[in-house]
Amino acid sequence: MIVETRSVRFAGISLESGARLEPVEVAYQAYGELNAARSNAILITHAFSGDAHAAGLTDGKPGWWDNMIGPGKAFDTERYFIVCSNVLGGCQGTTGPASINPSTGHPYGMLFPVITIADMVELQKMLLDHLGIPQLLAVCGGSMGGMQALQWSVSYPEMGHSAIIIASTARHSAQQIAFNEVGRQAIMADPDWNGGAYYDGKPPGRGLGIARMVGHITYMSDESMREKFGRRLREKDKLGFDFSVDFEVESYLRYRGSQFVTRFDANSYLYITKAEDYFDLTRGSGSLGSIFENVRTRFLVISFTSDWLYPSYQSQEIVRVLRRRNQDVAYCDLQSNYGHDAFLVDIAEQSEIVRGFLGSTEREVAAR
Amino acid sequence: MTEASAVLQERSDFAVIAEIIQPGSRVLDLGCGSGELLEWLIHNKGVLARGVEISRAKARQAITRGVSVYQGDIEESLADYPDHAFDYVILSQTLQETARPLQVLREMLRVGKRAIVSFPNFGHWSMRLSMLFSGQAPRTRLFPYEWYESPNIHFLSVRDFERLAARYGFRVERRLFLAGRTRLTFLPNLRSQVAVFLLG
Repeated sequence: MIVETRSVRFAGISLESGARLEPVEVAYQAYGELNAARSNAILITHAFSGDAHAAGLTDGKPGWWDNMIGPGKAFDTERYFIVCSNVLGGCQGTTGPASINPSTGHPYGMLFPVITIADMVELQKMLLDHLGIPQLLAVCGGSMGGMQALQWSVSYPEMGHSAIIIASTARHSAQQIAFNEVGRQAIMADPDWNGGAYYDGKPPGRGLGIARMVGHITYMSDESMREKFGRRLREKDKLGFDFSVDFEVESYLRYRGSQFVTRFDANSYLYITKAEDYFDLTRGSGSLGSIFENVRTRFLVISFTSDWLYPSYQSQEIVRVLRRRNQDVAYCDLQSNYGHDAFLVDIAEQSEIVRGFLGSTEREVAAR
Repeated sequence: MTEASAVLQERSDFAVIAEIIQPGSRVLDLGCGSGELLEWLIHNKGVLARGVEISRAKARQAITRGVSVYQGDIEESLADYPDHAFDYVILSQTLQETARPLQVLREMLRVGKRAIVSFPNFGHWSMRLSMLFSGQAPRTRLFPYEWYESPNIHFLSVRDFERLAARYGFRVERRLFLAGRTRLTFLPNLRSQVAVFLLG
């Protein structure tokens, strides 16, 4: 399945901060066919470093959730019409800090307004309206994608029949904010960052690389790191007694860091992590119950036993609130050693329950 | 035999429970396993179904079946449901495994208008004989476990349950006694293997 990224430009978008961004462009991919009743659409919302390319091959590369989306897979493209777009503030085709600021003729850099998860959802809504999709069978995402899916159920309760929230949270915790802040400070401490105005010169690759290294540590588990690397040395038989690479794990993190720099914009890192940190579905009121007041969505919530970045208790908190309101929610804490990465890599059981949940949602919608 | 009726054959109390439940009602099944009974009730009685199951594998299978199941502890999760959220709360052959059975029954009647409780009858004659002749914790078809491996932590008979219901004012609307698939009325405490109580 070869797919290409398309994009739509809108006159502008009003943001939660009160700022307005004009114009705004959104990059997206779509798979499968929208049926005549326009009732089989599913929106996939991506995680922090994801993009619109969720499935199939683009320029020879598979999408970030290609193991979940495709013919016969959990998100079966022979049954469903699936849309995935790059988030607002991103750097893979959607307007973000690297885009040209029409009032200066230069990239926005730090003049880009601070955006939120709700703003990302607004732009997705504009895209769906443009595509003529009145209803979503499901909106589904993991990690930051789960935050967007949750926000969807609150922002547009009448539009989505169901929401699948994987390895996510209703509000970013102190620990999650802390790791994001380390990443941001690593970028801002790099002299090449230059207050965000680096687009004419050298990007802050060292800072962004370190930020990504920290990120990767939080995506794995102690167990998966022991299994994958242990104390194995990298291309040597004994310790080097210097500060070159000794261990496999060092080599892996450096490689991941340097790879990331080639595809991701440092300022997008700042803005998107900020959006995550600002995310609190209760908007500071602390009461999730009242937030779900008008929500009639069916929910499937999934967490993973070894995920310490988005621990199971955060998923259970969402489920508990929904249950108190006697809303339709299914929940499973799946056994996995892969840590937070599980939703991307350990997908056998996840596929099973997503498939079953989508099927029963379809039957329920048909019976209405 | 159709697949639907196969589900009801799986456990002797399922058919009785399925018979009690009115079409279109709201049902919570505590310890729902892989959701076979709830799935049957959805398709055949049009119920609104929810389940709670502690086992990851079973909860996963239930969700795969399309049943909205919460993977977690029965006693913990009961507290979260609002009053009278359900028409029926089912506890099928699990009461004897709960840490605080009385608390569970009270919570079931808070959360549901009615409770359907079934349990293996420890007063069955085979249990009595087994105990009398072996002098050991009975092991029978109904209670197949060694005492140190058994999930059953509270043993009760039909008479024990009746006494509890009377003492705490649980109104028994129906009582059904089973030996295999046969329904009994005579000497149920001695003869029934499984008892099903409808409390209201």
